[in-house]
Amino acid sequence: MNRLLLNKVILVLSTLSALIGIGFLFWILATLSYKGVTSIHWSTFTKDLVEGGIRNLLVGQFTMALIATVIAVPLGMMAGIYLREYGHGSKLASIIRNLSDVMMSAPSIVIGVFVFALLVDPVGTYNGWAGAVALAIMMIPIIISTTDNMLALVPQELREAGIALGGSKHKIILQVVIKAAKVGITTGILLSFARIIGETAPLLFTSANNQFFTMDLSGQFPSLTVSIYNLATYPDEASRNLAWAASFILTMIVLLINLFGRFVIRNKK
Amino acid sequence: MAKEKAAKELVMNVKDFSFTYAGAPKPSLKKINLPVEKHKITAMIGPSGCGKSTLLRAMNRIHDLYPGNRYEGEINLYKEDGSIENILHLRKENDFIKLRQEVGMIFQKPTPFPMSIFDNVAYGLRLSGIKNKSELEGRVEKALKGAAIWDETKDRLKESALGMSGGQQQRLCIARAVALKPRVLLFDEPTSALDPISTSAIEELIAELKEEVSVVIVTHNMQQASRLSDYTAFMYLGDLIEYDKTEKIFLNPSNKLTEDYITGRFG
Repeated sequence: MNRLLLNKVILVLSTLSALIGIGFLFWILATLSYKGVTSIHWSTFTKDLVEGGIRNLLVGQFTMALIATVIAVPLGMMAGIYLREYGHGSKLASIIRNLSDVMMSAPSIVIGVFVFALLVDPVGTYNGWAGAVALAIMMIPIIISTTDNMLALVPQELREAGIALGGSKHKIILQVVIKAAKVGITTGILLSFARIIGETAPLLFTSANNQFFTMDLSGQFPSLTVSIYNLATYPDEASRNLAWAASFILTMIVLLINLFGRFVIRNKK
Repeated sequence: MAKEKAAKELVMNVKDFSFTYAGAPKPSLKKINLPVEKHKITAMIGPSGCGKSTLLRAMNRIHDLYPGNRYEGEINLYKEDGSIENILHLRKENDFIKLRQEVGMIFQKPTPFPMSIFDNVAYGLRLSGIKNKSELEGRVEKALKGAAIWDETKDRLKESALGMSGGQQQRLCIARAVALKPRVLLFDEPTSALDPISTSAIEELIAELKEEVSVVIVTHNMQQASRLSDYTAFMYLGDLIEYDKTEKIFLNPSNKLTEDYITGRFG
């Protein structure tokens, strides 16, 4: 009797907790949708921040995130390949793997401070390159870990079969093993892109922000997330509405990339 | 008797071979002696852990994918030009590659690469430096025919090999190995992951293959060994207990352990 009662209590408690969690999520999404959608106009996409739109911010945010991806994907993948295919079982590899995992949970503001000291302070001005590098630093450990884990899922027999056909180790890794892990690694890259596209802290004092449209990465660079942070603290209604609109659009972008990533997995596996 | 001995032609010969895995305190194979005859099928049987797969994997040095293993003794490969090479002396990657082109391997689970059927069979050929398209096409077709899978694949060569059935995948893997025109093919329990129909197709194929290559097969299935092989080696706990003609091993083994194993008293 006691056992059954306990079972029921725990069932009720865990269901309640789940509902509370999901409740907040939907509250956020509902508020965001309501305030966001009502604040979006055609001009939101066609005008720059200086005129009350976010065109330059979207372009700027994507530019920095794409540059970060171009830096982080090769570095992260090569490191992941080293960890799984070459250093597997070695002390160095296990140290690197642990450090990389620590990096993944490093506070993003700390990465921002680091890049500020490295690429902003010496130059004397906030710049888009610094923002991109800060985002790349956030992305690298995620790519390392994804590559490492996805390569671990490739059956060892596949490597042996390649070797048995007269392949050298690096050829088999590049031509067979990576190909077998391609879907998983691609998904990981997409999800990590979704993660960094919404980052604010690493950009606050690296790229900072720019009201105008620019593609010049050597100066202050427009950022959607930093703008949301700024706009939300302004007293006037128009700025706040734009912050809601920008937040809603950012959420949709992140959501779409996530869904696309999952879609890729489901259809390619 | 002397005449029969003279007629025997070896393609590989394992002599006093011992093998110790990296970090293991004791050798997994102890002073193994095993001849491999040309154009014959040699089966290795024995209970799990007896070392038969370990021995097979030494014969094309696939163990060297993992560092720290220790070899002692000789595994001699009789080259086409009449010379004899102890493959345990190989050190350079290029020599390993040449060895594996001469001594191919088929694994327990089918291992198709994530690419088209054509590219799977062409893979080893491309590795060996063949780039000419018509030569590749010719050799792929010949290999697929040799592996009795041409009729099923000729209209879908560009499709992914991952869409084939398990039995087809295994025959594709055999085609892939045969394409390199190896002199020896090592089979590591090639049918244990397959259904009975695919199994008999693979067995038929192996029996045909011995016209072209010499075969060494590790199997858990004693009927398979007796159906398929000309010679059988029985291994137990890292020792080669008995090696003889297959009929002799199965009908009249000299060793008590062999008899107990083939009559199902243990293993």
